[in-house]
Amino acid sequence: MKEDSVNIKDPVLSIRNLSVAYDKGNYAVKDVSADIKRNSVTAIMGPSGCGKSTMLRAINRMHELYENIETKGSLILNGKDITDMPTIQLRRMAGMVFQRPNPFPTLSIYDNVIAGYKLNGIRLKKKERDEVVERSLRDVTLWDEVKDTLHKKGTFLSGGQQQRLCIARALAFDPEVILLDEPTSALDPVATSKIEDLLVKLKENYSILMVTHNMSQAARISDYSMFMYLGELVEYGKTKDMFTNPKDRRTEEYLTGKFG
Amino acid sequence: MNSAAKITAANLSRRTLKDKLFKGLVLFLSLITISPIVLIIYKLVEKGYRQISLDFIIKTPPNTFEAMTALSNGELIPGGIANGITGTLLMVVLASVIAIPVGVITGIYLYENPGKPLANLTRNISDILQGVPSIVLGLIAYMWIVKPITSGFSALAGSVSLSIMMLPMIVRSTEETLKMIPQSIKEAAVALGVPYYKVILRVLIPTGFSGLLTGILLGISRILGETAPLMLTALGSSVINLDITKPTSAVPLLIWEFYNDPNMVDLIWSSSLLLMGMVLTLNLVSKRIAARTK
Ligand SMILES: Nc1ncnc2c1ncn2[C@@H]1O[C@H](COP(=O)(O)OP(=O)(O)OP(=O)(O)O)[C@@H](O)[C@H]1O
Ligand SMILES: [Mg+2]
Repeated sequence: MKEDSVNIKDPVLSIRNLSVAYDKGNYAVKDVSADIKRNSVTAIMGPSGCGKSTMLRAINRMHELYENIETKGSLILNGKDITDMPTIQLRRMAGMVFQRPNPFPTLSIYDNVIAGYKLNGIRLKKKERDEVVERSLRDVTLWDEVKDTLHKKGTFLSGGQQQRLCIARALAFDPEVILLDEPTSALDPVATSKIEDLLVKLKENYSILMVTHNMSQAARISDYSMFMYLGELVEYGKTKDMFTNPKDRRTEEYLTGKFG
Repeated sequence: MNSAAKITAANLSRRTLKDKLFKGLVLFLSLITISPIVLIIYKLVEKGYRQISLDFIIKTPPNTFEAMTALSNGELIPGGIANGITGTLLMVVLASVIAIPVGVITGIYLYENPGKPLANLTRNISDILQGVPSIVLGLIAYMWIVKPITSGFSALAGSVSLSIMMLPMIVRSTEETLKMIPQSIKEAAVALGVPYYKVILRVLIPTGFSGLLTGILLGISRILGETAPLMLTALGSSVINLDITKPTSAVPLLIWEFYNDPNMVDLIWSSSLLLMGMVLTLNLVSKRIAARTK
């Protein structure tokens, strides 16, 4: 791996020697180090089971939800070690979007957007709430579609709309970085291209780290790409360089469809 | 060719005959299954409806002599079963107040710790509890409450025995309901930094609310008609009693008392009709809730 992908100036996130094991000694992510650039889209690629989701979930300490998961190494978000941050602060800074849209079924569209405030008991004035909801929904280009039905349940929306709602829910907290785990794999091509356009637009204000199985998607929208294999970070660099001139044989084989 | 065709035709008619016989049998057996409930409701309505009136709900039962006089004059038996209705409500509410928090919290614990030995033990014990004869639960409440705490028969003792009956149903339905909520909903809340107890209280319970409610309503409809444990605990009372440390009546207890008094027999039917109506309503309501959320 090139030295400059580990040491960039003012990264939004520094991953250092990150290893994660579900069972003792059996690492799903092995000693990964990388710096993530601000205001860009970074794609994480690799064959199924190579540890992409595991790495992404380490970044907002999602693994703490389950027992027996061992995490080693350090993650520095905006210059601060994530283990030193209160959970709520970390998760506000690192918003997460999942593979399947998962709006809260009991909440309205409106309440889903501000769910982070509501469920944490953070009080906002009505005016502030309205502003957060409108801004977040506009950011994900959902506002015009739902502005008259804000008080309907979020689960009445189409899959693609639900996923944009889930992105709005993450944006409402004004995060530094947005972590997305295959956010379009459950969506049809039209909904997928909407989300892709959206991510490109969002990188003006946010840093985006996205797991994807879809190489053409990575090529279309990402600025930087990581290629992981069997838990290791094999290659990391500018997407253009990686697609035109992969340095590692395994990257090349993956990109040319020889495996994965 | 010709003979093969004949055989097929013969087969076919035999098959249609078998088919018809089978359908007839199925129909017959389903009629047998539903006939008891139809006959019961028919009988209860036929014999009980005349007694049902406002008085029946707001007055206490007559004494034997009044009943006998009314009977010999060919009149309806005066009075009602207000002591039983209030007693049943009191004890069911109290039993729910005890059983719902304990049952829901235990159910959450089982859901959260699926493989743990203590959870497995709890689940098994809860299953065994479901099969314990209700009279035994009455005995236990007698030993725990009647003797040491209320020093006498009491609504509290009745409620405790009923709450033990409800408990396994609530534990099970809570665990099963929570299990049906997708993990992704839970993770969505965790990813927003919501602390764990709030995830349970503000996301999982509201999401599974109708499932929990269904379990609770079925639990209540299960204990509404219980008689045996109440005989050993609440005993019964001829007046309306709202003091939980005192003997208290209940609709099923009254039915038993009416049965033992030849002059009061007519009241059995109307009381049973009322009880049956309450149980059926609860069952239908919980079915509606369960169906609406599928
Ligand atoms: N909860 C878990 N318990 C035990 N092992 C797990 C768990 N989740 C993932 N693993 C294992 O960790 C490894 C990495 O899994 P991970 O989900 O990170 O892969 P992935 O790259 O995201 O794959 P995919 O592209 O299929 O989503 C795999 O070998 C997987 O079997
Ligand atoms: Mg994955």
